[in-house]
Order: sequence, then structure tokens, then C-alpha cells
Amino acid sequence: MSFITGVGLTSYGKHEGSSSLDLMSKAAELAIADAGLKRADIDGVLCGYSTVSPHIMLATVFAEHFGIRPAYAHAVQVGGATGLAMTMLAHHLVEAGVARHVLVVAGENRLTGQSRDASILALAQVGHVTYEVPLGPTIPAYYGLVASRYMHEYGVTQEDLAEFAVLMRAHACMHPGAQFHDPITVADVMASKPVALPLKLLDCCPVSDGGAAFVVSRERTGETGVRVRGCAQAHTHQHVTAAPRLSQLGAEIAIARAKESAGVALSDVRYAAIYDSFTITLAMLLEDLGLAGRGEAAARVRSGYFGRDGAMPLNTHGGLLSYGHCGVGGAMAHLVETHLQMTGRAQNRQVRDASMALLHGDGGVLSSHVSMFLERVR
Amino acid sequence: MSGSGRLGDWTTGTEAIVYQACGSCGNLQYFRRSFCAACGAPDPVEKRASGEGTVYATSLVCRAATPETRAHIPYNIVLIDASEGFRMMAHGDNDLAIDDRVTARFAPFAGRLVPYFAKAQS
Repeated sequence: MSFITGVGLTSYGKHEGSSSLDLMSKAAELAIADAGLKRADIDGVLCGYSTVSPHIMLATVFAEHFGIRPAYAHAVQVGGATGLAMTMLAHHLVEAGVARHVLVVAGENRLTGQSRDASILALAQVGHVTYEVPLGPTIPAYYGLVASRYMHEYGVTQEDLAEFAVLMRAHACMHPGAQFHDPITVADVMASKPVALPLKLLDCCPVSDGGAAFVVSRERTGETGVRVRGCAQAHTHQHVTAAPRLSQLGAEIAIARAKESAGVALSDVRYAAIYDSFTITLAMLLEDLGLAGRGEAAARVRSGYFGRDGAMPLNTHGGLLSYGHCGVGGAMAHLVETHLQMTGRAQNRQVRDASMALLHGDGGVLSSHVSMFLERVR
Repeated sequence: MSGSGRLGDWTTGTEAIVYQACGSCGNLQYFRRSFCAACGAPDPVEKRASGEGTVYATSLVCRAATPETRAHIPYNIVLIDASEGFRMMAHGDNDLAIDDRVTARFAPFAGRLVPYFAKAQS
């Protein structure tokens, strides 16, 4: 058994003058304190990567900087799925007795540490170096391709996709740490600058500075335990050119495996934390995971189903789209928010019942997937 | 041309689209390898594609990340299902729609030639 015993999250947006290590340290300190632990209790470290400050041994660099000497440490790289992949690994490490308290941490000064062009260029390298990158695609273009096909097959419109941006912004308005606090409308999304059609600026997550961390432990350290009930991955391709058809993408495979490993059904889930790099990502993942029928996720947004008071509250912190996206830490904010919800600490964002949560991360171009169920135990 | 022969294609400056066919299992692949990714058999046979296909997906890039690519915006990135049965990424006319029948030519982009698809003349 494993528990998420503490979480830490910085605000996302601009942290002028903070390095990646600074942001990682800040989040790590918050998470360790939240778990009621001391630095010396941490005997395992898993960290993500920083595109601003790449290093071949980032976990070791971080451990030295932070001032700990773990028995187990290394970095993990699965793009946007890294946060949940690290959580899955930490879960297995503590279950196997390799470590007692694993610190999972990521942070990056992606907004102020490099130019937007540099960020876009670095991320476009997930494309095939010989057969895709010379064509000048961008990450939004890879997802724009997927969006065009998904809209074609399932009758989804650009206005439908805009609903997800509006929802994430409404949620971000309730969180003081979010990068954006101005409400937006579907018309605003439709009128925003074209980036890689059908995706427009407000369909895309921003670039942010920020850090996130959590502690995964063999035993709970607080009264309310948040337990990893089960998790699984799926990796079907790396490049969008080599992606399988829409009905065979990895989210469906990962969730099926996770349901089996957790022994739970979707009907048990009360809260959802789903990767939302673009509006199309969120729409597709919700439908792939079975949280909405094909082409029906937008209608569920309109009906309030995914709102704080709805049947399936979703990304109540505002997600990547509006809380912000600082790389690996971006999707870790989803888990931090889930933990706050499950432990009744989400303040004005608190949902009625977050006893069982489904988390899902996606890396690459819907390439690598991690599904995870978290369960509250008292 | 035998399986070990390497045909030039647009990625090496030749006006051609090349794919590989496995002599053992028949799998087609676009990304060049020295083996078949489906069954592992060595030396898939290299073949020159006809340049005909169907549009699978499109995305019109309006925000580029380098000065060289910015000079071309907006440009349409497309995924094409080649008539031979493999999928490739390319450029295409800005008004291409999914399921359009298309034919390839080669166009300059950011200092090199890339495959560029337009609606087939029928």
C-alpha cells in the first residue's frame, strides 16, 4: 500500500529570478512540511526534467542543492505524463520496500528563464527529427492535427472545444495561485489569435514558471489517508504520424488496465483530474476515459457536470489551461488539487465528495498515458 | 532495388517519397529502419511512393517558432494516407479538407524541399 502523505504547490505564472532548482526546492519544502516530515525522512527522490536547465543527473543535482542524501534517486521523462509516472513508480518503490518516503518533485522557470520561441522550439522536438521536424510543426500543430480528425469523426465543433477553456478559466478564478484570473467566454476563445487551426490561443495552455511536489509514503502520516488504489500505463507510439486510429489510443488502454489493477469502476469515481494541455486534449481524454460519450463532453461542460457542484468536478484549480503549465510540474498541480479536495482543504473550491478520484496524464502527442485511482481512507 | 539499397527521398534532398515494405510480414513503414517494426525481420524493401493519397488530418500553422519557418506562415501541416497504405506528414494547400484526394509535388520550405500536396486533378 502507498499513500500521498503531503503535497506542495507554488503559484504558477512569473517567478522572476527563480531557477528551476529554486522552484523545485520551494515545492519540496511545502510537500515535506505538509506530510509532517523532516527533510532527513526523505529516502527516495524522483524528479522530472527542466527544458531551461537540462542536466543528465537532475535528481542528484536537486538532492545536493536541497541538502538530502537519499538512498534512491533519479529523474523520469515521459513528457506530460511524467508527474503521474513518477507517482506510479513511487507507489511501487514504497510497496516494494525500496524506500519509505519518496519525494516526487518538479519545477521549471519556463516562462522567465527562456523565450517563448525557445519553449515552443524545445517542445516541438517531440516530433520525428527526420520526417516531421523539418516541416516546421509545433506542439499546437501536432494537437491541431488530432483535433481536426477528432472533430471530423465525432462532429465536435470549435465552439465545443472552447467550452473547456471557459470552464478551466472559471475554475482558475477560484484559485489564488492560478496564472489567469480573468473570466473568458466562448466568444473570447473563438476570437483569440489562431495558433495552429483549429486551435486558437485560448485553446492552448500557457507557458509558466512554477513548482509542484508530493511525498509518497508506505504509511499514512496524517489522519486522512490518500491511498494509491491502482494505476497503469499505455504507450502506443511517439510521433503523431505513427499514432493508431482514434479508437485505439492509449488512454482507453491505460484506464482499462488501471480499473483492473484498482478493482474499481468509473461509477465509483467522484472527482476527475485530467491532463488538459489543449482543449482538444481534455475533450478527447474525457471521452476516451469514459467520463463522457463520444462527442458529448462539451454538452456535459455546458450542463455543469464538470463544475465544482456538478456530478464529476474536474480540475478545480484551473488545469494546465488556466492554472498554468510549467512543464513536468504542470500536471502535478492536478494531483495536488486532488489531494486538497480529498482531504477537505480546497477552501472555496471544495467539492461535496472526493472520496475516489481518477487522474490521467498524457505525454507526447497522446503517446504515453498514465491512469491512476486515488482513494480516501480514514 | 534490393532491400539493402537505400533510395534517396525528400529527407536527403531528392524529390521523392520513399517507404519500406517488409518482405516477411508485408507491413509498410514510413520511418526508415533497417528492420521491420512489426515483425523484426531485417532489410525491408525500399519503394518509391506514387505521391497519391487522401487527407487524414490538417492543421494550419499560424504561429511558428523560428525566423525561417515564420517567413512561411500560414502553412498547412497535413497527415496523408498514401494510396500505398502508409501515413506521412507533409505540407499542403491551405484549403485542403479531410478525405480530399491529393497528389504530391515538392516545395521549398525553410531552406529545403518538402512534400506538398494539392487536390488531385480528376
